[in-house]
Amino acid sequence: MDMILKAIWSQLVTLFEVLRHTFTKADTVEYPEEMPYLAPRYRGRIVLTRDPDGEERCVACNLCAVVCPVDCIALQKTEDDHGRWYPEFFRINFSRCIMCGMCEEACPTYAIQLTPDFEMCEYDRQNMVYEKEHLLISGQGKYHGYSFYNVSGKSIEDKDKGEARNEAPPVDVRSLLP
Amino acid sequence: MPTIFVDDRAIEAKTGDNLLEVLLSNGIDVPYFCWHPAMGSVGACRQCAVVGYANPDDTRGRIIMSCMTPVTEGARFSVEAENATSFRNSVVENLMLNHPHDCPVCEEGGECHLQDMTVMVGHSDRRYKGLKTTFRNQYLGPLIGHEMNRCITCYRCVRYYQDYAGGDDLAAFGSRDRVFFGRAEPGVLDNEFSGNLVEVCPTGVFTDKTLSKHYSRKWDLQSAPTVCQACSLGCNTYTSERYGEVRRVHNRYHNEVNGYFLCDRGRFGAQHVNSPKRIPGAGIRNAGGLYEPVSIADALDKVKGLLTGKVIGIGSPRASLESNEALRQLVGADNYCNGMTSTEREMHGVILEVLASNLSVPTMMEVETFDAILVVGEDVTNHAPRLALSIRQAVRNIGQQLAADTGISQWHDAAVRELEQDEKSPLVILSPMTDRLDDIASDTHRLAPNDIVSMVEQIIEAIDEDKPSDAKDIASTLLAAKRPLIISGTSLSSPNILKVSANLAAALARKNPSTGIFLCASEVNSVGVAMIDNTGNAEELLGNRSETVIVLENDIDTRLGSALLDEVRNLVVIDAMDNPTTSRSSIVLPAASFAEAEGTFVNNEGRAQRSMATFNPAGDITPGYQLLSALGGDHLSASGWQQKLTAEHASLAGVVTCAPDEQFRIEGSRIARMTHRASGRTAMLADVSVHEPQQPLDTESPLAFTMEGNQTRAPASLRPYTWSPGWNSNQSIHKFQDEVGGPDKSGTTGTRLFTGSTELTGFELSEEASANLIGQVHIFGSDELSNEAAELSTLIPQPYARMSSATAASLEVSHHDGLAFGDIIMTVLVDDEVAERCVVYPMIPGTEALGSAQLSELQKVAGYTSPSDPLRPSLITTDRTS
Amino acid sequence: MEELFIYVVIFGTLFGVFGGAAILVWFERRLLGIWQDRLGPNRVGPFGIGLALADIIKLFAKEDWIPPFADRFVFVFAPTAIVMAMLLGFAVVPYAPGIHIANLNIGLLFFLGMTSLAVYSVLLGGLASNNKYALLGGLRSAAQMVSYEVFMGLSLMGVVMLTGSFSLVDIVHWQADNYWFVIPQFIGFVVFVIAGIAESHRLPFDLPEAEHELVAGFHTEYSGMKFGMFMVGEYLGLILISCMIVTIFFGGWLGPAFLPPFIWFFIKSFAFICFFILLRAAIPRPRYDQLMSFGWKFMLPLTLINLLATGAIVLWI
Repeated sequence: MDMILKAIWSQLVTLFEVLRHTFTKADTVEYPEEMPYLAPRYRGRIVLTRDPDGEERCVACNLCAVVCPVDCIALQKTEDDHGRWYPEFFRINFSRCIMCGMCEEACPTYAIQLTPDFEMCEYDRQNMVYEKEHLLISGQGKYHGYSFYNVSGKSIEDKDKGEARNEAPPVDVRSLLP
Repeated sequence: MPTIFVDDRAIEAKTGDNLLEVLLSNGIDVPYFCWHPAMGSVGACRQCAVVGYANPDDTRGRIIMSCMTPVTEGARFSVEAENATSFRNSVVENLMLNHPHDCPVCEEGGECHLQDMTVMVGHSDRRYKGLKTTFRNQYLGPLIGHEMNRCITCYRCVRYYQDYAGGDDLAAFGSRDRVFFGRAEPGVLDNEFSGNLVEVCPTGVFTDKTLSKHYSRKWDLQSAPTVCQACSLGCNTYTSERYGEVRRVHNRYHNEVNGYFLCDRGRFGAQHVNSPKRIPGAGIRNAGGLYEPVSIADALDKVKGLLTGKVIGIGSPRASLESNEALRQLVGADNYCNGMTSTEREMHGVILEVLASNLSVPTMMEVETFDAILVVGEDVTNHAPRLALSIRQAVRNIGQQLAADTGISQWHDAAVRELEQDEKSPLVILSPMTDRLDDIASDTHRLAPNDIVSMVEQIIEAIDEDKPSDAKDIASTLLAAKRPLIISGTSLSSPNILKVSANLAAALARKNPSTGIFLCASEVNSVGVAMIDNTGNAEELLGNRSETVIVLENDIDTRLGSALLDEVRNLVVIDAMDNPTTSRSSIVLPAASFAEAEGTFVNNEGRAQRSMATFNPAGDITPGYQLLSALGGDHLSASGWQQKLTAEHASLAGVVTCAPDEQFRIEGSRIARMTHRASGRTAMLADVSVHEPQQPLDTESPLAFTMEGNQTRAPASLRPYTWSPGWNSNQSIHKFQDEVGGPDKSGTTGTRLFTGSTELTGFELSEEASANLIGQVHIFGSDELSNEAAELSTLIPQPYARMSSATAASLEVSHHDGLAFGDIIMTVLVDDEVAERCVVYPMIPGTEALGSAQLSELQKVAGYTSPSDPLRPSLITTDRTS
Repeated sequence: MEELFIYVVIFGTLFGVFGGAAILVWFERRLLGIWQDRLGPNRVGPFGIGLALADIIKLFAKEDWIPPFADRFVFVFAPTAIVMAMLLGFAVVPYAPGIHIANLNIGLLFFLGMTSLAVYSVLLGGLASNNKYALLGGLRSAAQMVSYEVFMGLSLMGVVMLTGSFSLVDIVHWQADNYWFVIPQFIGFVVFVIAGIAESHRLPFDLPEAEHELVAGFHTEYSGMKFGMFMVGEYLGLILISCMIVTIFFGGWLGPAFLPPFIWFFIKSFAFICFFILLRAAIPRPRYDQLMSFGWKFMLPLTLINLLATGAIVLWI
C-alpha cells in the first residue's frame, strides 16, 4: 500500500515538475538569426591537418576508415622516396558521415580532426564527397606541436634512425663488446 | 592418449605433442612467439609460460614453458594461475621495451602476432623510461622489406631461413641487445622461399614489399581461396584484392599439399593479374591491322558467325578444366586438342599412367616422411619449388630417427638438430647441372639427359645383380631405405626420364612396397587437360587447314612455334594477357585471370582442387568458360561445367565433389569474401558517383563479394581468409585445424582422382636424340604468367651459356665470353658442375629459339663485355635508409 | 427547423473536431516544446500555427503507398474504421442544453461501443500490413484495448447507478441538481481517465506503436493520408475522451452564468486535452507486461471496490 501511494505521489510530482516548466525560458537558440557558440571540440566538418613542419600528418594507417561506423572514409597508402607514408587519395563521403568523431579518436597522429563548422549543405549530393585537396588544411588544427614521426622508429627524410624522441643512436651490430 | 588436467579441466592430449600444442588444439589461448607448428619448439621467447604442478598435493607449482613440456598421464597445469598470467604479461612488457611506436606505418599492423599477443596478455603501458634501441635496415631485394627496429628476437626468421629452408645468407649477428637479423651485406635474399619470412616473422621486421607498393590492411582485403597457378603442385593460396588489384597472396594451409609455406614464385607471381599487358576488352582486327575495341556482345556475335564448318579448338594447360571442357564441347571432341606439344603430351601420358598404377604416389607433405630420395633429372627448386622445401625436411629423417631412438620428442627442435649434427638421410641427384639441393645431397651425378636415362637403367639392373659401380651404390642406398622415393619431372622435357623413373619405382616397389614415386608435371592444369584429352594433336588438326581456330589461354607461338598458325584465316584468341598469339589474332576476347574466375585444377598428384574468384573483373573481362558458354549458347555456370566434366570423363568424377557448388549456404547465408570490418564501403567509389552501386552478385560460387555472410564456419575449400577473434594474424590457423598441424576441421580439401590399382607393366623407352643444349628452368623467368608480375620480372636472370671447361675449350670460348645464336647473346659461364658436352641456357623470355638449336650453331661474339653476374639481374642493391 | 438544427450541429461537430484535430497537431507540439524548454514549431505563420495547414498539405501530397505484400482491402479499410468509430462517438456528446446530435437513452453504452470498435481498426491495420512489427503492434493493441475496456465500462457504472440512466443528458442534469460526479465517483474518474488514455493509445500507453521496439507499430507500413487517418483518429479519440470526462464527471456544460454553457464545455474539454498532453510530456512509457499487470491487478480490483461501495451507498443510504 505504501508502495502504491509512493508510486502515485511520484507520478504527481513528475506532472507538477513538468508543469512548472511552463514558466521557464526556452533553451532553444534560434539559428540562423542567432549564431550559437560552438566549442572547439564540437564535431563538425572533418579536416586533415599538418604537423609543425608543414608536412601532412596523415600516415594512411587506415584506422579512421576501419573505425568509421558508416564506412564513409576511403584512402590509399603510398610512400615517398624516403619511406614516409602518406595517403595517395583520402576521400570522405560527407553525405554518409554522421559526425561521430570516432575517426578523430582513432587517429594515432592527430591528423584527422573535427571542427565546429557544420554549415556544409549542398544541393547536389555529389558535392558532399570531399577529396584530400578539400580536406587538407595548412595548419595544425586543435593539437599543436605533435609530429608522429618524431616519436616513431621509422626513418624519414631529415630524421634518421635513432633521432626520434626517446631513441638511442643506431647500434653497431659488429661490436662484440659486452 | 594421456589425460592431463588444465585448470582442473580434464583434456585428452595426443601422445608426442608438447603442452602448447595440446592447449592450442583444445582451444585454450596461450600466447607464444618462437614456437611454430612446422618448426617445433626452442623455448627462446619464454612467452608460453604456464604453471605446472608436481603432484595432486602441490598447490604452489612452478612456472614452466608449455612449448618445452611433454604431456604425461595425469599431469596438472594451470594457464590461468595468477603468477603465470603476470609472468606472461611481464615477458611482453620486456619485449615491447624497444618496440618502436610504428604500428600505424607498419605493413603488419592489423595482422600482427605481436599485437595479438600483447592484447592477449593485457599489457598496455610502457613503464620503462629508458631509450629504445634502434637499428639500421638492410636492402633485401625487391620482395622483402626490412625494419629491424621492430624485432623481438624470437629467432624464428633464422630458424626458418637457415634450418628449414636451407638458406645461408640470413643470419643473426651481434650480441646482447644488439642482436641483428639480416645479411652480412645488403643484397637480394638468395633463397627461393624468402617470402615466407613475412608470415613467419611474428611482427613487422620482414614485410611484403610488393604489398607495400599498394598497401591495404588485412581487414580491407577481399580474399578468396585460390590454387596457385605458378607450377603443377597446386599449392593452396589466399589471393587478396582491393580497388580491382590483386594486392597479395598468402599461404592457405593444406595438410597434404603445401602445409604452412609457399615459394616466392607463387607468393609474388600472382601480381601478373595487375600487369599493364592485361587485355581489358574485346577487339576485332580491322583492315589496317589494328584492333578496334568492340563490346563483348558484338565480338561474341562476330565469333558466332565464324562457327560454321569445322572449327579447331586449342585448349591450354594453364586454363581451368571448366574452360577446357567448354571449348571441347563447343568445337566437338574430334576438333579439340589440349594445346601441349607432343613431347609434353607424351610426358603427361606417363604421369597419368603412374597415377593410375598401383605405385604409391605420396602427397607433398608425405614426401617429408621418406628416408631416401633419388631425384632423376628434375630441377625441383626451379620447376616445382615448394617440393624442394619438403625434400629439405625429408633429409632430416635420420635425425628424427636418432631422436626417437634417444627418446627426444620430435618437436624439441634444438635438441634434435644438436643430435643429428650433419647427418642427413640419403638424397641422390642425377642432373645435368648444379642443383639448388646439392647442399643437402649425399651424392650428385652431373649427366646429360640421355646419360641420366642410362644411369637409371643401370640402377634398375643393379637392384638385382651385385656388381660394384656408381649405380650399385645408389641402388643399395635405395634398397637400404625403409621408404625410398623417386622424384622426377618434366623440366628436362624428356619422356624417357619419366618412363625410366617409373620403371625404377616399379622395380623398387617389387622389393619394398613402401616405395614412392613423385612426378612433377609442367603447369598448373597439365594433368587435368591430359585427363580431358591427351590424344588431340595441334599440328595434325591444323594441318587439315581450317577456317577458324579458337585458342584458349595459350601462347601457341611460343609453345608450338609461330609457323603453326600462319595458314589460319580466323584466329579467335581468348586470353587474359597480351602475348605473341593474341597479337596476331583476328578477334581477341578478354578472359578473366585466375583471380577473377572460378576454376578446377588437377595437380601433379591427381588432386582436383577448386580455385575461387577473388573479385569481380572490371568491364568486359569474363571467365573463359562463360565466354565459351555464350558462344555455344548453353550459358552454363561453373558448376554446370563441373557436372558436364563428370558426365563426360569417368576419371574426373571427383571434380564435382572437390568443393561445394553455388547452392551451398551456411544457415542461409553465403560466405563473405570481405572481413566483417572491411572499411570504406560508402566512399570507395564515391569519386565516380555518390550513389553506391549494388554489390556485384556472384552466380558462380557460394561466396559473396560483400562483408555480409559467414567466414569462421566456412569449410576449408571455401574459407576466404583465416581469422579468429583475438587472432588477427595467419597464426589463427590452429583455430581451424582438427589439432595443431593436422587436417582442417572440415576435412582435407581437394579430391584425389586416382585410386591407383592397375599393375604398371613398365615403359618401353623411345628413341631420343641426345640433347646437348639444355634449357634450365628458372623459378623467376620460366613461367609465362609470373614473368609479368612487376617485382618478379626484375629477378629474371640474363641469358647465359653454362658449360664445363672441356666443353668451353671445344667451343673455343672462355669464362665471360659472349656466345650467340641468331640474335640471342649469352654470357659464357664456365662451370665444371655441368655435364660434359652440354651447354645449359636459361629458359627465359627471348631464349625460346634455342630449343631447336644445335651446339655447333653457336657463334662466339667478338668484343663482348659481360655483365658482372649474369645469374643475378642488375639491381640497385642499396636501401635508401641504410 | 428542428431537423435543420440537427444538421447544423452535425456539421459543426464535424468541422469542429476535424479542425480541432488539425490544430492539435500544432498545439500539442507547441505545448510539449514549452514543457521541455524548447520553442516547438514556430516558423510557419504567427506562432507557427500554419504548421497545421502545412501538415495537412504534406499528408495529402505524400505518396500513398500500399505494400505489394499487404491485404489491399483490409489495408485500405483499417484507417477509415478508426475515424468512423470516433466520429460516431461524438453523436451522443451533449455540448450544451439542446445542442447535441442525439440524446440516446443508451448514450453511454453507445460511446463505449464506438470506442470498442476502434480496436478493429488497429488490429486490422496491423494484420493487413503483413509486417512483423505491425502485427505485434496490432496484437498488443488488441490485448491492451480489450483489457482496459473492461474497467472503462465498469468505472462508469457508479455514475449510472447514481443517475439511474445511461443517457448523457440525464447524467449532466443529475449533476446540475446535485454535485459533479468527480466528487462521489473520484475513483471512477481516475480509472476512466487512465482507461481513456489507454483506449486512445496515447502516451504513456502507446505500446501498440512503441517506436523504440516496434518501429511504428501497427501503422509501420502506412503512409500519406492513410497514416493521416490513423493520426486524426488518435486526436479525435483524445478530444472525445476529454469531452466524455467533462460530460460525465465535470458537469458538462454547467458553470457560472457569465459565460454561455457551450463555452464552459469547451473550456473544460480544452483543459483535459492539455492535461493529456502534459501526461505525454511527463510520464514515460511502461513496459508491456507492466501495463497489463497494472490493468488487471490494480485497476480492476479498484474499479470493483468502487462499484461495490457505490452500490452499497445507493442501496442503503
